[in-house]
Amino acid sequence: MILDMKQITISVNNTILVEDFFLQIASGELVALVGASGSGKSILAHSIMGIAPKNVVCQGEIRYQGEPLTKEKKRDVLGKEIVLVPQNISYLDPLMKVGRQVAKGKKDKISMEKVTKLFQKYNMHSSVMQRYPHMLSGGMARRVFIASALMEQPRLVIADEPTPGLHKEMAQMVVSHFREMAQMGAGVLMITHDLELAMDCADKIIVLYGGKIMEQTNAKSFQSENTLYHPYTKALWKAMPQNGFHTTSVTHPSKTGCPFLKGCTKSKKECMKNIIPYFQKENSIIRCIDAGGKEICF
Amino acid sequence: MAGYILKNSIRMFLLIIAVSIAAFLLMTYSPIDPLQTNVGQTALGIMSQEQIEKLETYWGSTLPPLTRYIQWAKDFFSGDMGISLLYRQPVSDIISQRLSNSIWILSAAWILSGVFGIILGMLAGIKEGTLLDHIIKSTAILFSSTPIFWFALLMLMLFSVWLKWFPIGLSVPIGVTAENVTITDRIYHGILPSFVLSIAAMPNIILHTREKMITVLESDYVLFAKAMGKSNQQIFIQHGMRNVLLPAITLQCASISEIFGGSILAEQVFSYPGLGQMAVTAGLGGDMPLLMAIVVITACFVCAGNLLADVLHHIIDPRMRFGKGNKI
Ligand SMILES: Nc1ncnc2c1ncn2[C@@H]1O[C@H](COP(=O)(O)OP(=O)(O)O)[C@@H](O)[C@H]1O
Ligand SMILES: [Mg+2]
Repeated sequence: MILDMKQITISVNNTILVEDFFLQIASGELVALVGASGSGKSILAHSIMGIAPKNVVCQGEIRYQGEPLTKEKKRDVLGKEIVLVPQNISYLDPLMKVGRQVAKGKKDKISMEKVTKLFQKYNMHSSVMQRYPHMLSGGMARRVFIASALMEQPRLVIADEPTPGLHKEMAQMVVSHFREMAQMGAGVLMITHDLELAMDCADKIIVLYGGKIMEQTNAKSFQSENTLYHPYTKALWKAMPQNGFHTTSVTHPSKTGCPFLKGCTKSKKECMKNIIPYFQKENSIIRCIDAGGKEICF
Repeated sequence: MAGYILKNSIRMFLLIIAVSIAAFLLMTYSPIDPLQTNVGQTALGIMSQEQIEKLETYWGSTLPPLTRYIQWAKDFFSGDMGISLLYRQPVSDIISQRLSNSIWILSAAWILSGVFGIILGMLAGIKEGTLLDHIIKSTAILFSSTPIFWFALLMLMLFSVWLKWFPIGLSVPIGVTAENVTITDRIYHGILPSFVLSIAAMPNIILHTREKMITVLESDYVLFAKAMGKSNQQIFIQHGMRNVLLPAITLQCASISEIFGGSILAEQVFSYPGLGQMAVTAGLGGDMPLLMAIVVITACFVCAGNLLADVLHHIIDPRMRFGKGNKI
């Protein structure tokens, strides 16, 4: 296992943002974390890397290649073995040339040659290195980030919404680069709110809602409604264009009990209980008391 | 770039004209009667009507305001600043002498407030929420709400009257001929006024830089820098400093007006014979040519500072850089 997280709870000033989260990524695996905006995806990514703001408290167990991911460990691996692929140009310093930023501020010949090679690999002219971030197009910025992730050999790639604003082919191309990284033996966590894209490229999909995992399942399960078990996941499935655009009028996730309490047709009294356990059924892990299967504990 | 500067220069020229008109109107309609102030009620009482009329012509109060202004403007922009009514000397002579006194303390105050203001602001921003930040921030707020003349008086009492470290006033020692005034004398006399001026200008730049530092450290690009494993030190040098310096320097260039404004009060308190003190004398004495010249020259400095800020911003910031190759 490259990354093994369990019982992760993230809170800010005693407000819980993410509750009882788990995640396992093996070498060569691409896991998609899917969730609506505000469901806590970014804060999770930042907490794994230890770069969340000081007031964010992350409790639970995070193991990286079998060892606890301590502060000291993070200092060694951040930017080298564990890399972040950010979302947009605002993650680049507006006053520094792109090439130098990819080289992590270094200017020596070896770093620069490496950057040149990577830029070539991703179809960018070497003159792009001399540009400032505001001179990049959206697609180009994404390739710059991917190049920056490959400056060293990453073992774990965390991509936080790497595709919004891109047209479909471009998005698929970006995603194919993540697949390549996985093929090279890295574990990839791709955060997105684009379920279709996740279905196309991921091995495993985790659906997050209101800071809680609703369901974790194989990407294949999304090919049919019958292999999905959580009412929320089913609702997501029905909302997809090829399945008829049936949107449920879901308001904000419920703060207590199951987040999907208000949108679910089958919700009952027990769903209002604060602690809802996980159930395993075939290859899926579902957080719904109605799903059936075997109750599990992490 | 040249076109940009030209366009802005024209705009500033118009602004300066507007400022001169405003100053002229204020002078013309001010309740101060130059005759009464400079000649005195009793003297006027014993003068003949003829004499009074002559004096009135001298102080300019018989001409209609518009004619008077146009006359002044024509002379001024053809290079003749006129003769000071109070001193009966060419205004240009008085100004050049006063300006050479003031420029010392003004530039010292400007540089000191800039350098220390930016350093303290950055420090407070980096250490946001710590004791150091609280001390810097609250001191800055305290000083920004302290009237400059009051602070100047306090410093004068403390350092000149009690401790006797610095002279009570003037820009040179008393009773020393101009040739014998050393540079040390000048510095010695300038320290206290420029210190007070720089302290007065500092809170603004401190608070602004602090705020900017905090925003930069919370920015996405600093987050990404952290994710790349950069140390806090590297982040400050590579990203923090540059992004904070840019607006700070711009602000400092634009703050010349405040230093000039402060100098009027500070020079008054320290009896420092500079431009600021002269402005007060000219204003209260109804010396139209002198005051107008001071106003226009000060406005020129302020405008030049703003223009410099603009140009610097365009040169340093790649997003605003002039010329081609900027867009894909
Ligand atoms: N530093 C923080 N302090 C307080 N609340 C935060 C902080 N960061 C994120 N949040 C809150 O946590 C929730 C999840 O945010 P985020 O992880 O950015 O969502 P996502 O990336 O899924 O859109 C949001 O409701 C947001 O307001
Ligand atoms: Mg996000």
